Amino acid sequence: MSEASFGNPQIVELETDVLIVGGGMAACGAAFEARRWAGDDVKITLVDKAAMDRSGAVAMGLSAINTYLGENTPEDYCRYVSADLMGITRDDLVFDVGRHVDDSVHLFEEWGLPIWKDKSTEGVALKDGGKPVRSGRWQIMINGEGYKPIVAEAAKKALGIDNILERVFIVKLLLDADQPNQIAGAVGFSVREHKLYVIKAKAILDVAGGAVNVFRPRTTGEGMGRVWYPVWNAGSTYAMAAEVGAELTMMENRFVPARFKDGYGPVGAWFLLFKSKAVNGFGEDYVTKHADLLTQFAPYDKAFVVPSCLRNHAMLKEMKEGRGPILMDTPAAMAKLTSTMTPKEVKHLEAEAWEDFLDMCIGQAGVWAGMNIRPEQTASELMPTEPYLLGSHSGCCGIWVSGPEDISPPEWQWGYNRMTTVKGLFSAGDGVGASGHKFSSGSHAEGRIVGKAMVRFCRDHKDFKPRFKTDIKTITEEIYRPVRNYLEHKDKTTAEDVNPYYITPRMFQLRLQKIMDEYVAGVSTYYQTNGKLLEMAAKYLGMLKEDSVNMRAKDLHELMRAWENYHRLWTGEAHMRHITFRTETRYPGFYYRADYPNLDDANWKCFVNSRFDPETKQWSLKKVPHKDLVPKTYGAAKH
Amino acid sequence: MPTFVHTEKCDGCKGGTMTVCMYICPNDLMKLDTARMKAYNQEPDQCWECQCCVKACPQQAIEVRSFADWVPMGGAVIPMRTDTTIMWTIKFRDGEIKRFKFPVRTTAVGSINPYGNKPELGDPRDQRLFTEPGKQLPVIAS
Repeated sequence: MSEASFGNPQIVELETDVLIVGGGMAACGAAFEARRWAGDDVKITLVDKAAMDRSGAVAMGLSAINTYLGENTPEDYCRYVSADLMGITRDDLVFDVGRHVDDSVHLFEEWGLPIWKDKSTEGVALKDGGKPVRSGRWQIMINGEGYKPIVAEAAKKALGIDNILERVFIVKLLLDADQPNQIAGAVGFSVREHKLYVIKAKAILDVAGGAVNVFRPRTTGEGMGRVWYPVWNAGSTYAMAAEVGAELTMMENRFVPARFKDGYGPVGAWFLLFKSKAVNGFGEDYVTKHADLLTQFAPYDKAFVVPSCLRNHAMLKEMKEGRGPILMDTPAAMAKLTSTMTPKEVKHLEAEAWEDFLDMCIGQAGVWAGMNIRPEQTASELMPTEPYLLGSHSGCCGIWVSGPEDISPPEWQWGYNRMTTVKGLFSAGDGVGASGHKFSSGSHAEGRIVGKAMVRFCRDHKDFKPRFKTDIKTITEEIYRPVRNYLEHKDKTTAEDVNPYYITPRMFQLRLQKIMDEYVAGVSTYYQTNGKLLEMAAKYLGMLKEDSVNMRAKDLHELMRAWENYHRLWTGEAHMRHITFRTETRYPGFYYRADYPNLDDANWKCFVNSRFDPETKQWSLKKVPHKDLVPKTYGAAKH
Repeated sequence: MPTFVHTEKCDGCKGGTMTVCMYICPNDLMKLDTARMKAYNQEPDQCWECQCCVKACPQQAIEVRSFADWVPMGGAVIPMRTDTTIMWTIKFRDGEIKRFKFPVRTTAVGSINPYGNKPELGDPRDQRLFTEPGKQLPVIAS
């Protein structure tokens, strides 16, 4: 065979037992845990489309660990997660994260992550009784610029560098030819070398992050990549699982964070640590002002912390009625804090305020520097962002998975913790639905949970020999199609970007974003949609899906973009179908069904699950009963 | 909010096929122009401004210039990272400069021993993680 080149790739066939698809927090947790349980009999391979030291949502760093239970109980954690997500979460999955998450945080500290301590226990590790500096009931402050390289080092060392493929993008999962509904492998390509990878595996962990830029972002032009969640998270987790028939849950859920305008800087520390207030353009505290407005969404308005979507709802009312801009009153907060401080303490406080950005959202510091904004002098605008689809932050869309056998009721468990409804396919982190608020630490812990479960699965199925339904040539030609499209047609026009025979991944993405924005409740309609608009969305997304086979790739980088946008399309489609199905407004402030503007607990206090049937190519959606395993109370009332 | 590369500082990582910035960029943006042996950002409007490449560049040749379609000119946020600390220089549009220094790691790079001083394995079929043998795992009280 001649040397591989663009248009003539080498096919690389591999076999492993556990295949981890992704390199973020959940993947690192899984690698670390699974390798320890696996003896010489279980081979583990990790494939990351980037470099593990700086891949995933924690690539830039973080200024806080948002889930550390400490003195709280897992039951308390279930109540908090449920309330913020308007009552519909899986207590079994949330509880399971809650009972393991602190162990991951203790490991991070052992490995070298600097965690802020209360003055009374300075220098004492958390596991030895050190008291963290809490910015909220669940959050602890860290010097987290180096968070991901630290966690990655542990995972890489555990797994061994020979078992890791970086810069390989897995784009499709493959089902087994003999066993119905069982996973057999995955296929992808290197973005560095002309190699297509076909990997057989007994168990696959699908942990490739949430979905960003499915909707048109508020940023424009050169800023389009400066979005809130990492721009490289393309919904691959959901799309790949859906395509092989895994059941999805709560794909109607989305997260619309209210963040510092344009830079998407975090507001948590400003609200919780610095006790700052957000006010409308006339200085009014709009959440207090609109307490009555929120009673429409009882009982969740009486949650200990007002749910994120309801806080957005109050903000949006101010914006729609012309009382913007919404401002974070940083000068008042700083003045109050510094009134009793020494100059040295004031300097320290200023550094803390800047570090909050520099550790996790450097772009916001750039916006402030470019605009001469100093938080002690100038208030900063807040803005609800474009919608994001994710399962680990303050959102809960994702894959329907089996829960732990010692907690879950029978209808929520089918043998292996975090296994999807496809045998051998597992997920964690952003991938697992109905259990948000895991954040970085919870995703790592959930990765560990699933790591152990997958090793057990492999041992229980050691005689299983994966065999693909389709021949390898057909499989690899499908994923290489954008390159073939380009090479076949590029010379037919004088400028290759405008060509009637193909669509560039970039235009494909912009088309998806426009559809989602205008018809599926993006920013341009103030997050509103209705059944008629959704019908149009279904039609337009259908045509976009037809055109997906006509994407082009002029190089390997663009081949990556083509498949990322294919994954975004699937994620957007699932979101659209779920929003269409749930005829109520469950998450006001995140989106509104204008034709069903009320919360309807009588009919919709349930999960919505969907499944794409890989044989018939049809989607089906259904209600799945919800139940609380941990009793919930709002105000004084049980619910 | 894209990165840019100072022409005179970039040495293309001295003739290798893989520059440090190419290796580390989470979004596969940095690319080596092999004719000039200089790196550049091949897709500036997909830059998250995470500065991973800036922090890693051995020549300190990379910087971020805030997205020009919104942010006024003149500001800059520049990191200088070692294995233990990061020093930030913030230049405001009006010329003021602030500097902040934060720790990034309390242990030596490469020193993690993932399975050192850890307990013997427990039951591979129960719900305990390998660091939790013998731990009484809480269950939901019914």
